[in-house]
Amino acid sequence: MALSYLRSSSSRSANLLRPLSSAASLRRPISTDTTPITIETSVPFTSHQCEAPSRSVETNPSELLTFFRDMALMRRMEIAADSLYKAKLIRGFCHLYDGQEAVAVGMEAAITKKDCIITAYRDHCTFVGRGGTLLEVFAELMGRQAGCSKGKGGSMHFYKKDSNFYGGHGIVGAQVPLGCGLAFAQKYSKDESVTFALYGDGAANQGQLFEALNISALWDLPAILVCENNHYGMGTAEWRAAKSPAYYKRGDYVPGLKVDGMDALAVKQACKFAKEHALKNGPIILEMDTYRYHGHSMSDPGSTYRTRDEISGIRQERDPIERVRKLVLSHDLATEKELKDIEKEVRKEVDDAIAQAKESPMPEPSELFSNVYAKGLGAESFGADRKEVRATLA
Amino acid sequence: MLAIARQRILGQSFQKIRPAVSVLRSYSSAAKKITVREALNSALDEEMSADPKVFLMGEEVGEYQGAYKITKGLLEKYGPERVLDTPITEAGFTGIGVGAAYYGLKPVVEFMTFNFSMQAIDHIINSAAKSNYMSAGQISVPIVFRGPNGAAAGVGAQHSQCYASWYASCPGLKVLSPYNSEDARGLLKAAIRDPDPVVFLENELLYGESFPVSDEVLDSSFCIPIGKAKIEREGKDVTITAFSKMVGYALKAAEILEKDGIHAEVINLRSIRPLDRTTINASVRKTNRLVTVEEGFPQHGVGAEICASVVEESFAYLDAPVERIAGADVPMPYAANLERMAVPQIEDIIQIQESEGYNSFAFVDTVVCAGNASVNN
Repeated sequence: MALSYLRSSSSRSANLLRPLSSAASLRRPISTDTTPITIETSVPFTSHQCEAPSRSVETNPSELLTFFRDMALMRRMEIAADSLYKAKLIRGFCHLYDGQEAVAVGMEAAITKKDCIITAYRDHCTFVGRGGTLLEVFAELMGRQAGCSKGKGGSMHFYKKDSNFYGGHGIVGAQVPLGCGLAFAQKYSKDESVTFALYGDGAANQGQLFEALNISALWDLPAILVCENNHYGMGTAEWRAAKSPAYYKRGDYVPGLKVDGMDALAVKQACKFAKEHALKNGPIILEMDTYRYHGHSMSDPGSTYRTRDEISGIRQERDPIERVRKLVLSHDLATEKELKDIEKEVRKEVDDAIAQAKESPMPEPSELFSNVYAKGLGAESFGADRKEVRATLA
Repeated sequence: MLAIARQRILGQSFQKIRPAVSVLRSYSSAAKKITVREALNSALDEEMSADPKVFLMGEEVGEYQGAYKITKGLLEKYGPERVLDTPITEAGFTGIGVGAAYYGLKPVVEFMTFNFSMQAIDHIINSAAKSNYMSAGQISVPIVFRGPNGAAAGVGAQHSQCYASWYASCPGLKVLSPYNSEDARGLLKAAIRDPDPVVFLENELLYGESFPVSDEVLDSSFCIPIGKAKIEREGKDVTITAFSKMVGYALKAAEILEKDGIHAEVINLRSIRPLDRTTINASVRKTNRLVTVEEGFPQHGVGAEICASVVEESFAYLDAPVERIAGADVPMPYAANLERMAVPQIEDIIQIQESEGYNSFAFVDTVVCAGNASVNN
């Protein structure tokens, strides 16, 4: 990895002595130092129908440490979910995001909670990035009342409307038109915000995506379509599913950018660029080149259609957390021990959240009939035994 | 004949003084008549005027003034930001509409006919209907999907299906189907104001029909409650349920049956989901016979649900098996004579008097019913 340490030009004279002193004062777990640092992305951006942003990304020690902590938290959370699933505390579907953390974390660094995010079913980390708590995650996965959807949604249906996170969708590709609809509403309401609609390389071939993209381009909607290309749609490699796996180019008349999705800073830069673009010029596609360590879901070992060497190779060379760790260490922003302490803290946080989630009860039986409608109008609803189990919907 | 005899035995004492039918009550000396088209147009206009979050989208709703002219004049009045012509991409624009509803806007999405809604049905069911439940109330979806439903005239198999029973089986959706202008205005306004996804099934052949409307109906605050059926005609011999165009047929059939001494109670369902089981059951408990009428395919249809509901709640009150009158169990043919056979006609409804319940049971009725009548009345 080429790393260049370029001092921000605006503070050159004033900060000549800064790096040393701030390095000394930075030796605490979470830095609040916002001294600008400029770091180059791993690879330059590749663009389609637009001019790529610079690969020099402005960041600061606080942000880098936050990246580290947040990604470590997400990683630990997903691994813990794996164990819970194997212990049969989580049922049904469980699609894990470990390996892809940089996309969630880099995106949040570039946007605000007024911008909307919508994604498919691999949504645990995206939810946490939007401000969801670990308790809400684990309780929802285990179907408990403290879950973000009160146990009624499950792994694929996390939502956090107060942070403009709109789920959590199980039907591949459906979230893209929905996301364009969010963008439409933002423009209609003159909110000056954008929507990031995330989808995978598998969903990239969906017809409704192109329908929505066409309308978004026609109506100049502030929609950013983000293809999280982890190269496998369930068990099908991208080259077997797409005649053209250059997903950032598939928008044709819509500009696109290809981004190293394992580099949180590159993701941040790309999202910042995309937001500015979308507010002025309408839709844009971001292709995040990323990777998932787990299989498609917990029922997929993930090794029948890819080699273990491939998986371990990516882990060694492109792991997003390791990348940030190296950056932090080489810039003297924290010591190895401090980073390890962060990881220990995070592990404890996750364990505590799981313990708390286990305490949360399952939903009351009456919840079977709640929220069918926002306004039930006194309609009747029935259970399997229509005489015994029935309710009037409020 | 025997039915008439039964009536006489039940006697005058049980004959209720028929209250003024609500339509009659609302007749004023200057009763205005408006078409269903005008009713829908005015409802859209008023709701768009009252709430800036309401917007329209669909094919040809704007510059073309609406494929069936339902949205005529609205583009001129509200501008292209609120009346949006879409490309012919139902899956895409329906998803966009639902997404806008997630954010808090109130889209009214037009399907040129509900046959095309099948292209977008995943968004109607999985993205709209289920969201409030899956999110435990965080994401409500205040959207209306409207358009012509069911058979038109000579449009063939792919353009004639009735989707009432498909959509009405899905929890999380509300499904409405107006008959006359009053229904069209009141139900559409209620649908737009409702915070849940509403499927609004109109009928192309009714658009041009005029119906009298009272001043109350014409008022901009007029709304019909969702989930309540309307008794269009009171009767005591048989309950006929219907919705949309079939209400008109049922009413005409009821007039003809009247001459044979059969007083049919005609219920205009208005709301397919929630279904007004209370009104239907109360009616059947009074009349003891039920005939369901619908245009759509018979298997797993609206009539099947109504029959099941009545069998569950009012079995002891039934004097005869429930009868279903529905469209023929075939794709809609084109030839005029076959098409006529594929959709219920007034003659089909009148035929009920030939069935068992009205003949062989009648004598038993006269004894049993008198006893029942004294208990029930």
